[in-house]
Amino acid sequence: MAGAWVFAETVDGVPKPVVLELLTKARSLGDAAAVALGPGASKSTATLGEYGAKKVYVHEDAAFRDVLATPAVELLERLVEKDRPDLLIFGMTYDGRDVASRLSARLGTALIANATDVSAKDGGWAIISPMFGGSLLVTTVPKTKGPTIVLIRPKAVAAAPAGSAGAPEVQRLTDSVDTSKPVARVLRRETEKASGPKLEDAAIIVSGGRGLGAPENFKMLDELAAELGAAVGASRAVVDAGWKPYSFQIGQTGKTVKPTVYIALGISGAMQHTVGMKGARTIIAINKDPEAPIFKLADLGVVGDVHKIVPQLIQEVRSRKGK
Amino acid sequence: MNVLVCVKQIPDPNAPGKLDPQTKRLVREGVDLVLDPGDEHGVEAGLQLVEKDGGEVTVISMGPPKAVDAIRRALAMGANRGILITDPALENSDAISTARAIAGAIKGQSYDLIICGTESTDGSSGAMPAQLAELLELPLLSFAKKLEVADGKAKIDRQTDEGYDVVEAPLPAVVTVTGGINEARYPALRGIMQAKNKEVKQVGLGEIGLDGQAGKAALTQEVVDATPAETRKAGEVVEDKGEGAKRVADFLKALKVI
Repeated sequence: MAGAWVFAETVDGVPKPVVLELLTKARSLGDAAAVALGPGASKSTATLGEYGAKKVYVHEDAAFRDVLATPAVELLERLVEKDRPDLLIFGMTYDGRDVASRLSARLGTALIANATDVSAKDGGWAIISPMFGGSLLVTTVPKTKGPTIVLIRPKAVAAAPAGSAGAPEVQRLTDSVDTSKPVARVLRRETEKASGPKLEDAAIIVSGGRGLGAPENFKMLDELAAELGAAVGASRAVVDAGWKPYSFQIGQTGKTVKPTVYIALGISGAMQHTVGMKGARTIIAINKDPEAPIFKLADLGVVGDVHKIVPQLIQEVRSRKGK
Repeated sequence: MNVLVCVKQIPDPNAPGKLDPQTKRLVREGVDLVLDPGDEHGVEAGLQLVEKDGGEVTVISMGPPKAVDAIRRALAMGANRGILITDPALENSDAISTARAIAGAIKGQSYDLIICGTESTDGSSGAMPAQLAELLELPLLSFAKKLEVADGKAKIDRQTDEGYDVVEAPLPAVVTVTGGINEARYPALRGIMQAKNKEVKQVGLGEIGLDGQAGKAALTQEVVDATPAETRKAGEVVEDKGEGAKRVADFLKALKVI
């Protein structure tokens, strides 16, 4: 069977949600293995096994947490040479993209980014990636020898436990990690706290775009979100303008979300944005421009002024909840 | 302080991409070509560094001969000179070929910093800068929303899912910048006039010693199919005549959200 490895990003020993999605896909393609690096990584092995990893490579050196990409690339190169997987799957995350891209240059093998699906084809792989904000699906096949490297977008695959899986074989690695070369080192981490549910997990998202006109107008979104138990998101235009931090950004270069209800306020619906939210079950849009592309996606669209409608909507929601 | 900024010419992102239904290839005719808006932030970041510390900004691009227009735009913003890698053999290159070509073209020259956008607006794989860093054996400071250079080191605020990390690397290094890092300047008329006289060196694969190692001869992958995705059906669009908020609230109620 083909060897399908997953780069298992963990935070304090807990796999990131995308890792479980990647394993769900990997185990359908072959013998799934996971590579978990950094302090606490060994705590993740049971969960990784539950989602289909038959083998987990673990290395707990702090360098994997504190130095960007290069220590992981060095180790992966050695593991790939030794155990020869056919496929290396990464999440399309900040770290996943850096490690996968460097590794592809080092190995000289194909790298296919932004993927939403991988399948076996003619003894190789066929990888599907959306283009033009998801309006077109492109199928790509690798043409290199050695493992194909695929970056899969978060939320492209629904994570599901393997069911019958036993405990995985755990291989603890203790190779020395060389950081004598110049490296990019993390000095400290800053968290930008948002109130309410996490954007990635929220069932309802209230999201704002440039149509809001000014950063202070996000206050009414916060208010509406609080009434609905929703998370607040933003378009790239708003984040680039500095109205909201990056952690709020939804879209191609931000987060991919799949809530039950997505309420787009003053968002025109550029492809950059819609690629990150078109998986929502229901989309509601309010925008003053009747030609805004967001109305082509919306289940309910209201052409009008967000500054008038949103405060009214907050009142309407309150009065309905009161009943 | 010498800065190299990598830029790309792309079809105007405000014009939606179209596919020729027969050839299944991108329709390029009649679409304006522009300097990738993401790269304008890279040029701006480079200019701000040399304006503070002295030095020069070189802009490098790979593309067809007309990609020189994107370089001219960066020169009009204030960059000092340009390099265009252009060769028919590079048509439809993979990201790794671009990285190899840029690494080849700057061989023997020294830069303190190489700045790229996080990803091109059209291809958006975001692989090239990290591949370039790997080929040059340099550290990569990626997803920078803030960049400072001092004492032979570059320090960035690197965006993360939860906020940002402060990350540092010694020079020389590769940095990718996000759109939030700065407000890119608009070229002034004077800059546009001056740009016409600035040097843009054109090089082919042979001149950079990469014949047969980049472009068509070194494709790592092939697109075998392109089909339109299923589109969401548009629902009802109503004009707000005072009832808009009520309609939305009714809709939310029907969805059992409230």
